Amino acid sequence: MKKKVISALMTAALAVSMTASIVAADTVTIGVYEPASGDNGAGGKQETLGMQYAYSQQPTVEIGGVEYDVNLDIVDNESNNDKAVSAASKLVSDGSSIILGSYGSGVSIAGSQTFADGGVPAVGVTCTNPQVTLGNTHYFRICFLDPFQGTVLANFASQNFEAKKAYILTKQGDDYSAGLGHYFDQAFQALGGETKAETFPEGNSDFTSYITAAKNFEADVIMAPTSTEAAALIIEQAAAQGVEVPLLAGDTWDSNVILNAAKDKNVQIFVTTFYQEGGNAEFDQGMKDFINSDDTNLANNGGDDTVAAVTAMGYDAYYVALAALQAAGSTDPAAVNEALWTLTYDGVCGHVEFDENGDAKRDTAFVKSANTETGAWDFVTEQTISE
Amino acid sequence: MKKKKELVISLVLIAVLIGILRLMEINISPQSKWAMLMTVLKKGSIYALVAVSMNLLNGFTGLFSLGQAGFMMIGAYTYAIFTIPADQREMVYMYYNGGIVKFAIPAICGVLLAGVFAAFFAFLIGIPVLRLKSDYLAIATLGFAEIMRALFQWDTLGPLTNGSNMLRSYPTPASASVIYPFVVSGVCIAVIVLMINSTYGRAFKAIRDDEIAAEAMGINLAHHKRIAFTVSSFFAGISGALLAMFQTNVQAKSFNSAMTYEILLIVVIGGIGSVTGSVISSFLFIACSEWLLRFLDEQHVIGEFTVPLMRSGFRKVVFSIIIMVIVLFFRQGIMGTREFSISGILNKISGRSRKAQKGEPK
Amino acid sequence: MEWLSRNLPYLLAGISVGGQYALIAIGYTMVYGILRLINFAHGDIFMVAGLMMVYLSASLPIYVSIPLVIVLTVLIGFTVERVAYKPLRSAPRMSVMISAIGVSYLLQNLALYITGGLAQQYPAIPWISDQITVFGASTKRVTVITPFLTIILVVLLVALIKNTKIGMAMRAASKDFETSQLMGIKINSVISMTFIIGSFLAAIGSLLFFSNYTGVTPTIGTMPGLKAFVAAVFGGIGSIPGAVIGAFIIGICENLVMMANQYVSIDISNFKDAFAFLLLIIILFFKPTGLFGEKQTDKV
Repeated sequence: MKKKVISALMTAALAVSMTASIVAADTVTIGVYEPASGDNGAGGKQETLGMQYAYSQQPTVEIGGVEYDVNLDIVDNESNNDKAVSAASKLVSDGSSIILGSYGSGVSIAGSQTFADGGVPAVGVTCTNPQVTLGNTHYFRICFLDPFQGTVLANFASQNFEAKKAYILTKQGDDYSAGLGHYFDQAFQALGGETKAETFPEGNSDFTSYITAAKNFEADVIMAPTSTEAAALIIEQAAAQGVEVPLLAGDTWDSNVILNAAKDKNVQIFVTTFYQEGGNAEFDQGMKDFINSDDTNLANNGGDDTVAAVTAMGYDAYYVALAALQAAGSTDPAAVNEALWTLTYDGVCGHVEFDENGDAKRDTAFVKSANTETGAWDFVTEQTISE
Repeated sequence: MKKKKELVISLVLIAVLIGILRLMEINISPQSKWAMLMTVLKKGSIYALVAVSMNLLNGFTGLFSLGQAGFMMIGAYTYAIFTIPADQREMVYMYYNGGIVKFAIPAICGVLLAGVFAAFFAFLIGIPVLRLKSDYLAIATLGFAEIMRALFQWDTLGPLTNGSNMLRSYPTPASASVIYPFVVSGVCIAVIVLMINSTYGRAFKAIRDDEIAAEAMGINLAHHKRIAFTVSSFFAGISGALLAMFQTNVQAKSFNSAMTYEILLIVVIGGIGSVTGSVISSFLFIACSEWLLRFLDEQHVIGEFTVPLMRSGFRKVVFSIIIMVIVLFFRQGIMGTREFSISGILNKISGRSRKAQKGEPK
Repeated sequence: MEWLSRNLPYLLAGISVGGQYALIAIGYTMVYGILRLINFAHGDIFMVAGLMMVYLSASLPIYVSIPLVIVLTVLIGFTVERVAYKPLRSAPRMSVMISAIGVSYLLQNLALYITGGLAQQYPAIPWISDQITVFGASTKRVTVITPFLTIILVVLLVALIKNTKIGMAMRAASKDFETSQLMGIKINSVISMTFIIGSFLAAIGSLLFFSNYTGVTPTIGTMPGLKAFVAAVFGGIGSIPGAVIGAFIIGICENLVMMANQYVSIDISNFKDAFAFLLLIIILFFKPTGLFGEKQTDKV
């Protein structure tokens, strides 16, 4: 009897899940491969918000003379390389023509092979690790890369703070964190600086000993490219221990989580990023309205309407996907993949054009600092590596 | 005579199964909505192997070990390290100048080596920890798994393990075809079943039921425990290699204690001490967690009515409630300690038909 | 002196973290002492206490929400025992433990669902979260008061167990579960009391822990829970002083790894968590039932 109940339930679940994914004929599916939970949940949600806003602006696309409804298929990859594979196969099996994401390089690399096997092209939005696009022809990205970002930060540290010693704190098992830390380390040492690198394990929340280590090293800057979750703890504990040297980080820290953590505390925070709020007034306003229009959106953005750079990038990514579909003139993933190589698009975060690796050609990063009084980002400089 | 008949029927069934799998594989493209079924079958067969290997320890020998994820990790890393093609190593080990291993061995050798390495580590770890009893053994094996995980992520070992970065670009036959993991897991599970039915298996069960009595009967406790632990880890290592293929990348951080708990749940849901139970519950568990319940994560609108509660994460809540219900109300798991066997079914059928012939009331 | 000012922060952090582990470890060790159950959900009760504080303090003043959180946590601990463990009293031990894993899974997933996977900022509690300076090292007041508070609570608890009737019942139940039932001890209320005390201390522990490390995520309970459990086993599971001493040793040792890391050329910081387990295995090798554990005798 019990077994019958179980099997009946299973059948029902199967039936519902089958019907759930039936879609109309003239529909093109854009897969969104983003974390909504786990370490990178906060960033992934902000990135997805940008896509949702773009989708609300333009939910249809004309492909080869036919008007298609876009189906934005959002699947949570849980910030977890282990679960990511199933999430990726889900997107492929939903018939996605193109896939956007992910926030976080690790899951992008993890899902890459599944996309390749399914023959679907993917456009990385803010995954900055070189390994994402290296050695394949289906993964593209619209952001800059970590070797570039690491060098920018190293230059910035040595030019603006005359830093000679840098303490680098990265998260174990996080490809983004390890990669950016590594490139910063290389660039900083090339400039004649001295570094000390340490890693913290996953699930760590006690950062006091790391901050003590940085102080004992007499670091001039602390470089901590981590997820926002760890970042909030690092900032809090650095402030508690009276750290006066600047904290540097990459694009992940460009988030209101950081602003909230730093508010009314005596810390200096500098980040490199893709977009500066105020760069496009019309987009900013529209985005803020979109965030404020819905409680869920507001919660997903961390409770206020600060526009994160990843949101702007997500917005651009959606239009890049539409442009690719139009250029391909078909919803066939292979054709879309082909079209991406020659695609150009001008978005709110600048010009997008792919090189032979599938990476966007970008040579500029914005540097911002957290204003601990107003709880907003202050623009510091635009930095390139040629300087 | 009867044995022979059973063997023939089993072989025919296996051939039919492989045939069906092959047909499904040809007909289901990755874009089809049934493609998730193939993912479930692949991952399910891999988990079936590790669940059975854990059952061998926990269910049949009564050794409560929580090190399974650690041995899977050793297997996965061994496979990945030795099978990455030489020309890909520069890219994978990009922070370590291509690493120190400069050759590649064929995939199937890699799988075997994965098992051997896991077994070797288990043998070493077994020397200190197998002296411990029940929960102390559990926490010590869990501890070893955590230590191994930290070791594999150690930057200093980077030229070998790529530090905490991902290993990838190795051959992935288990991801390409569903038959591969089925055959490898199937053969391994068959070996485990043979072992359980041998004198070793009987000695294991004697140890489980009463250590002191078993010792009094002349069973060498230390020797048998070590064998069970090593063999179980060997197969955990092989399933780790298969998982590495399935995931197409390996990273130490995913082999954490949560993974061990997941496998333990599968074993218990299937029934502690039932091999077929572990296999069935692996497929059910993976199907529910990865596929069937996914619709719960999406918002559904029926007419004007928005179905409440359904949003990202709801799937997992429902899933954990299902697990709690099974644990509380179906204590024996799906199979208890019974086994699903062809002869059992044959007996039932023939018994029924005989009854029917005699015209007995049911 | 220079050496001291360099390394004092490590020791301070170690003692403070040790105190927090101790408060969680008591819950593990008491439950184990009576039920022989590894209560895997205990770390998640700790997490839920933190999460409730985040949500309650958003709408209620701190002095109301703190007691409310403690009461609710105790209630959850009590309910978990009644719903998930009590029906399995006659079942094999493995089933109860799986039930504990199931509860842990459920609590984490509920937290994930409610928070939407985003880290929640723990509120600053006045006085406790204030900044102070100890021997030139700046830190939060909670770091300093944690070990003292822990020791006071432990002394109270030991007194309770030694001198009260329920304490005597607890001791009897942990000595011999079945005989104590025969002697007329209401075993269910003893077990409930154990869970109530354990959850109460976990709630206090979560107040101290999250005042120090202010992000609450669904899986945050896992690591402190695991380490507290290791501490309990280290000290000899079932023994309260053992658990407390074990917790302090583990808290201090993991910070000593970080301290040693400044003096060695190879980076060993990633063994911070693993070191606790290494220590455990070493101690179990020499004393298979932990530092203060009773020697197990096999009955035929």
